[in-house]
Amino acid sequence: MSKIKCQCGHENPFGTVLCEKCGRPQTEEAKKSKLVDMRYEGSARRSQTYKRSFVDKIWNFFSSVKVGISIIIAVLATSAIGTIFPQKLFVPATTDSDIFAYYEKHYGFAGTLYYKLGFYDMYNSWWFIILIGMLGTSIIIASVDRFFPLYKSLKKQRTKRHRSFLKKQRIYAEGTVAESNNSLAKAEERLKELRYNVKTEEGALLAEKGRFSRWGPYVNHTGLIIFLFAVLLRSLPGFYVDEQVWLREGETRALPGAPGYYLKNNDFIIETYSKEEDSTFGQAIDRVGTIVKNYQSDVTLYKDAEGGLPGQSDQMEFVKDFSIVVNKPLNFDGFNVYQMDFRLDELKSMTFQLTEKETDKSFGEFTVDLLNPERLYQLNEGAIVELKEFYPDYGGIEDGEPVTKSPIPNNPAFIFKMVTPSKPKGEMSFVAIRQTLETKVNDYKVNFVSAETRDITGLVVRKDRTLYILLLGGIIFMIGVAQGSYWNHRRIWIQKGEGNELVLAGHTNKNWFGLKKELDKVKLYADLPQYEDRHDTEFDKEGKKGDKS
Amino acid sequence: MQLASLSGNLLFFSFVAYLVATLIFGGAVKGAKTQESYENNRWGKIAIGITVIGFITHLGYFITRWIASAHAPVSNMFEFITAFAMMLVGAFILLFFIYRTPSLGLFALPLAVVMIGYASMFPRELSPLIPALQTYWLTIHVITAAIGEAILAISAVAGLVFLLKNIDLTKKSKQRFWLESVMFTLILVVGFILSSSTFAIMGYEAKFTYINKSEQTVQIVYNYPPLFGMNEYESLTPDKMTPLAEMPPIVNAKTLTTFVWSVATGIVLYILLRLILRRPIAALFQPFAKKANSEIMDEIGYRSVLIGFPVFTLGALVFAMIWAHEAWSRFWGWDPKEVWALITWLFYAAFLHLRLSRGWEGEKSAWLAVVGFIIIIFNLIVVNLIIAGLHSYA
Repeated sequence: MSKIKCQCGHENPFGTVLCEKCGRPQTEEAKKSKLVDMRYEGSARRSQTYKRSFVDKIWNFFSSVKVGISIIIAVLATSAIGTIFPQKLFVPATTDSDIFAYYEKHYGFAGTLYYKLGFYDMYNSWWFIILIGMLGTSIIIASVDRFFPLYKSLKKQRTKRHRSFLKKQRIYAEGTVAESNNSLAKAEERLKELRYNVKTEEGALLAEKGRFSRWGPYVNHTGLIIFLFAVLLRSLPGFYVDEQVWLREGETRALPGAPGYYLKNNDFIIETYSKEEDSTFGQAIDRVGTIVKNYQSDVTLYKDAEGGLPGQSDQMEFVKDFSIVVNKPLNFDGFNVYQMDFRLDELKSMTFQLTEKETDKSFGEFTVDLLNPERLYQLNEGAIVELKEFYPDYGGIEDGEPVTKSPIPNNPAFIFKMVTPSKPKGEMSFVAIRQTLETKVNDYKVNFVSAETRDITGLVVRKDRTLYILLLGGIIFMIGVAQGSYWNHRRIWIQKGEGNELVLAGHTNKNWFGLKKELDKVKLYADLPQYEDRHDTEFDKEGKKGDKS
Repeated sequence: MQLASLSGNLLFFSFVAYLVATLIFGGAVKGAKTQESYENNRWGKIAIGITVIGFITHLGYFITRWIASAHAPVSNMFEFITAFAMMLVGAFILLFFIYRTPSLGLFALPLAVVMIGYASMFPRELSPLIPALQTYWLTIHVITAAIGEAILAISAVAGLVFLLKNIDLTKKSKQRFWLESVMFTLILVVGFILSSSTFAIMGYEAKFTYINKSEQTVQIVYNYPPLFGMNEYESLTPDKMTPLAEMPPIVNAKTLTTFVWSVATGIVLYILLRLILRRPIAALFQPFAKKANSEIMDEIGYRSVLIGFPVFTLGALVFAMIWAHEAWSRFWGWDPKEVWALITWLFYAAFLHLRLSRGWEGEKSAWLAVVGFIIIIFNLIVVNLIIAGLHSYA
């Protein structure tokens, strides 16, 4: 493509709207318009220049801000739809049919529709992921399309601009002053006091400040891209561990997802606020009932001993004691262990005694550990109780056999064989909570004395290698967005015309109010012609609405 | 307890101060004949003086409550909304001194008044922090997010003034309809405050047992005459009103009752006002907006989004993610409140892009600002109270 040569002699890339150097309009449209469009300095952007090939078309599609905004709105709308009913994640069901049944039962027809349309797992749906991908693509292409040309033209801009460029600025003034050289010098002085970078060139002055704010959008877009990249990384194996572990009090287990590490639960604690200790909150406690103050797991962390065989529990090395509370996870080697859940009072062991029915004579007590029950229990006078069968979570009788629903001792049941001096062959007895069954009438019985319980803590093990990348993206985004929002790029051009005539123009990317305030100060000090804001006149006319598009 | 009651009195004082300042700002705007007197008249100065005093006592409320409860008072609906109102007034004061616009105060202060009134309908006693909230991130995240939202809210106020000034209310139009709808919504909030405080003063209470979603029998207390009963309810206070209809277990009939009472009160109030005024409510406020400069209102609307957006991002997304990572083991979990914070953020991002690249200034920009505020309020009220999630406290 050929270059465009401006009247000033500068060669501009094809597609340039305003000469990079002097600012003369280069296209018919720009020549005709009343105010010049200062976005991207009228530089040649790829998307506005090449429109032929397939790649051009894709590029142009994604570089369009209109398309970008449409994608933003689409993400916004889909996200909102995802909050109408709880997402699959928050539904207490695991299988597809149960999940469907849940939506149907709780939300009726709307729930069925929500499920059928796939909205119940909105944020993992392919269309949502494609939308996010499109958003990322749009951010990258739109930024590249604009940044480089903008950077070049701001770097190449000349102090002296062509009159036609100045005339088409929103803030413009021309007029004769008493002594133009004097005014120019004073303006320069005052502008420097206002912290402008002032450049001069044969009767022309360019005062500029805050140019770096123009890079703000590109910096914050970079931050967003880094953030999205980190989110993408999380789907790769090894970057991300998320496991749950239930630990009983006193129990030690290998930590899932963290090979070589073991955690022991020493104690699980729940504290609630009491009216005595926390008297300021008395009213609230009265209204609500109990308010939990603390969930805490006191744990000990171990790891495989150096040189020892992995998994050998007698070769574990003590690492540290720690109290995990909500908001204070246990940290080690890039892993975090969080307090997430608990179950109170799981049965730990049950104590029974063997008695003779008729005389109530006791042969002593024995305790069954419900997780690792022993088989034989030696009692007084040579009596022995043998645990023949154990059903930790007794769920009734199926096909003539007692069954257990799970290995967790929620509802333990036992079949005991009682061997006593008078019945050396033994008697069988089925013992469950609040019931005893005998096949024949026995002389002896095992009866329940007491039970011991313990709490279980629910912990989550996490490792996320992408966190620092996410954080970096966040920080860069914040820097960029602050840079672009809290500073603005202001430019003031003042040039001498014929005799004592002065021409003045001003531009800012935002906050025109601030620019005008500064210009007023300069004008007062340096005796400059009164400027006009061409935007005002079209805004505030009686009966006309403040919108131009 | 003394500190707590001092705190309550300070808040009440602020409430009154904002109310008085609104009236004086009204006088300042009405009385101004020229641009000069509009920007710098005596009434305007008195009004901003009273606003500043109100803001200081509001800050006093915040600090004393903080001391009394030993945590930042942003932990439930009452505390958050009063803090939000305080930030809103703070943002207004800041912008007033930059732009000298009494009209902005005339609309920002009533909003703060309504917010404090609304907040007071929630339980006000000092309450202790549940484990998830016991961290300095509560202070950092919530306060930053509230400041961001308050600054963004100012843009909606500026937008409202712009619309009131520029929309022709004498002719029927879409714009007039929507502007009047905004006014109507505000009146509904007043309806809620009025009905709720009326029944509270009467000490109305109706007790029921009902069967909840998990099929347990639980008790519930209504503070409004029960229009709708909970699932398989049984009255414990037979002398009180019998519900007109019974609701299935997924509908919270108590919330529905409150909602219907509020809307009904609001509608009655609106109809009464229309009958007395014989013109749209918006037309009542229009004369006060007429003096404002559209250019400056547009500028304030845009600038407050520019100032508020980074603060909101920092507070409601960045700090929120850091805290979520500490407390819930993940920085993002698609909890409804999180999603709506993201939606708010996306919305304002779209706003900024539309303005920068598509030239959406003036009226379009003003409408967007109003919609942005509606999204913020939706996230504050509907998401907290109706959509269940981790943030549903109070």
